[in-house]
Amino acid sequence: MSTALLIAGGVVVDPESKRETRGDLFIEAGRVVDVQPSIPARNGAQLIDASGKLILPGFVDLHVHFRQPGREDKETVESGSRASVRGGYVAVCPMPNTDPVVDNGGAVQWVREEARRIGLVDVLPIGALTKGQRGEELTNFGELFESGCVGLSDDGKPLINSLMMRRALEYSKVFDRPIIQHAEDPALSAGGCVHEGLPATVLGLKGIPRESEVVVVGRDLELAELTGGWLHVAHVSCARSVELIRQAKRRGVRVTCEVTPHHLALTDDAITGFNTDAKVNPPLRTDQDRRALIEGLQDGTIDCIATDHAPHTNWEKDGDFDSAPFGIAGLETALGVIATTLVAPGLLSWRQVAEKMSTNPARIAGLDAFGPSVGREANLTLIDPHASWTVEPARFLSKARRSPFAGHTLTGKVVTVIRQGQVVTP
Amino acid sequence: MSDVPSLVPFREKAKLLDAEAVRRALVRIAHEIVERNKGTDGLALIGICTRGAVLAKRIAEEISAIERQAIQVGALDITLYRDDLSRIAPNPIVQATEISFDITDLRLVLIDDVLFTGRTVRAALDALTDLGRPRSIQLAVLIDRGHRELPIRADYVGKNVPTSVNERVEVRLREPDGRDEVVIEERDAS
Amino acid sequence: MSDAVITKDAPATAQWTKKDLLGLRELSAEEIRLLLTTAESFREISLRPIKKVPALRGKTIVNLFFEPSTRTRTSFELAAKRLSADLINVSASTSSIAKGETILDTIKNLEAMKVDIVVIRHAVAGVPHAIARHACASVVNAGDGSHEHPTQALLDLMTIQEKKGQIQGLRVSIIGDIAHSRVARSNIWGLTKLGASVMVCGPPTLVPPQIAECGVRVSWDVREAIRDADVLMLLRIQHERQEAALVPSLREYRQRYGIDTERLKDAKPGVLIMHPGPINRGVELDSAVADGPHSVILDQVTNGLAVRMATLYHVSGAAKLEGMEP
Repeated sequence: MSTALLIAGGVVVDPESKRETRGDLFIEAGRVVDVQPSIPARNGAQLIDASGKLILPGFVDLHVHFRQPGREDKETVESGSRASVRGGYVAVCPMPNTDPVVDNGGAVQWVREEARRIGLVDVLPIGALTKGQRGEELTNFGELFESGCVGLSDDGKPLINSLMMRRALEYSKVFDRPIIQHAEDPALSAGGCVHEGLPATVLGLKGIPRESEVVVVGRDLELAELTGGWLHVAHVSCARSVELIRQAKRRGVRVTCEVTPHHLALTDDAITGFNTDAKVNPPLRTDQDRRALIEGLQDGTIDCIATDHAPHTNWEKDGDFDSAPFGIAGLETALGVIATTLVAPGLLSWRQVAEKMSTNPARIAGLDAFGPSVGREANLTLIDPHASWTVEPARFLSKARRSPFAGHTLTGKVVTVIRQGQVVTP
Repeated sequence: MSDVPSLVPFREKAKLLDAEAVRRALVRIAHEIVERNKGTDGLALIGICTRGAVLAKRIAEEISAIERQAIQVGALDITLYRDDLSRIAPNPIVQATEISFDITDLRLVLIDDVLFTGRTVRAALDALTDLGRPRSIQLAVLIDRGHRELPIRADYVGKNVPTSVNERVEVRLREPDGRDEVVIEERDAS
Repeated sequence: MSDAVITKDAPATAQWTKKDLLGLRELSAEEIRLLLTTAESFREISLRPIKKVPALRGKTIVNLFFEPSTRTRTSFELAAKRLSADLINVSASTSSIAKGETILDTIKNLEAMKVDIVVIRHAVAGVPHAIARHACASVVNAGDGSHEHPTQALLDLMTIQEKKGQIQGLRVSIIGDIAHSRVARSNIWGLTKLGASVMVCGPPTLVPPQIAECGVRVSWDVREAIRDADVLMLLRIQHERQEAALVPSLREYRQRYGIDTERLKDAKPGVLIMHPGPINRGVELDSAVADGPHSVILDQVTNGLAVRMATLYHVSGAAKLEGMEP
């Protein structure tokens, strides 16, 4: 099979060269060899017609849950990989809260081997921060990073013990990798299943106040400043967290953070009628929070968009609101939601989308720069910005068949993913 | 009881009784009731909601005038005893039954506006049986339009009107409808 | 319209077309009035020697109670029987749920036995909705967590209407643990839809933050709630609230919010005292008040039966709509 690829007729969106113009790309041996306004067809080179399409660097998701080992009924590395490709992703970082927890080198290696065998997407595991994610003893950071982890987290849960968090940040400096915190104070959030707002009051549901997240973000920023370690705040959900992170960055604290597409698009009104498809942790909050998250993206406070893809079985989501598990399976709707909610109304440019969904997360994950730029590895996502499509969860490639966007019409669709110069078919 | 209103449009075909004719019919029925029962002792009238109850009140007033003695009147809602409840939806509005006396051992005269299939009267008989044990039950109707589906017959009839099943007999009374009249309607084919 | 109809407010003209009764929030004022009108017709049946009508003959009703309840369960059971329906009681501890079966599986099993109506009470909000989404049977919410208790609010409305003639323009104060109360929520929807002016009153820890956006006045002072009120609706304060640091003690709650004859002196002469039961005598209200001339608590129970008969009658009627030919 030829290793040469010609992508013709598209618009190249490249944050690295700041280019956003019509351009053809020639790819050989997995690398971008030439980018010109027009490149003639070449014998032996596979031709991809990209007219009307945008060519972005391939997406990287810093936060997914693949559920394997332990809950293969919800998702496997394979089904998760397929869903990732459908969503335009070339690399994903699965969280370690599986059963058993990925808290040792052997478990990390298993995940990477499995992903390599499937061969659809680069899987860069996040290792557990504490053994068994119990919050009591730090894991062997060195062993985890050497096995291939790109970050550490107890996600699903917070690391709530302040001393442990301080030590984790201090110790991680040697490895120059982030400590990823799911910011939640269990005492404040206990029993809650939605944002503590008007819909919760009307439905008689126990709420989770913003402060549950804010008090932990505030504490972690102080500890990051104290230690000089790298803090990455997962799934930021409220205005106050954005403000604290903004101020900390100004002071030179080493902090990065992410936001999910669903927090950018939806509010707590989405739970009306006890809609479990909108039950997620951290919960969807108010429109004021939503707009602050968008501003955070715009001014760079928020570094990247990460889906926190959290698949669950239908029968679990069919249960009553309280017992239904938290989580939205967002890989396959991410681009559509971002395009419709942010790009179409002019809140974010396509170049910014490329930064937030590829360049920045790639850098945080420690990957070499890639994209539609000469000399870079050819990991690309081709998008049709005008394609209109309706979200049908029944047709997801993920095992999860539920979404709060079900039935929504989105504008903007991933059409092709190219990884290491090869078209990937999910 | 007037026929259940339908969604098919009906139009008036002929007027059977005007206000005067209705009045005379009720006066005659009142006299017949008193005559056959030899007075009003142990006698009570029960009108079937809605218009039967109105007629019962009027007949009771007439009887009181004739005998110079008040006669007991009650109103009976038969909705919950209908035999077609499982076939109509949503469930029809239930009116209140108002019978303030014990019907046991009384001679009752059940009163309705139109006698048609007989099912309404059957339901009324069931309802009365649940309320007590009357000594006897007679039936008075303003209009008998035929087409009985059950072995029920009226003891007192204002007017016999042969009809076809495509027609509808509408009894209107001053209290609920603004005027007294009985008309016959047929299905509007146009 | 027959002069046998009793309602004082505008007569009901709506038809009932919903196969479930899950809450009052999604009902129109007309639909609420329809249920109340029907309930008044049913009230009379309980005064007859034969307290039974054949309206729901052949229908099967299941009482699925996951929370203990004698009062509501018995009320629904009697309502079903007086309509000639067959009723079975399933309680959580004896059901398969204790063995780990999900609620939906339990419902599917009941449906396989062709059950017509499921009356459900559960400690968790939203369970009746989850069931209604998947079940063909009618679902009647007998109380779901802190969310709604529609038949309770309906019987409260019926009682107020009976004693005061109408709801429109009345001032009603709901006093107690508003945050955790499904009775408060359902009553807020019902009363405001029918034109009453509602005040909620309790300690700040028990009044939910956004409740003022639901069309009610808020006060933390019981004297304000009593003054000018036509109706005082008292809610039960549970021991668990003291354990969760929401009130310092029940004794303190009583001192600050309990209704005794002394506090009642500042109330309007014709004020109604209502309580959904069971009463904590000596906490939210004194025995003298509970048994006193203003109390209509027992009328509430009587009306509860009529309201539940009306509910079962109408939801079973609407359920037929689904099976009907157009």
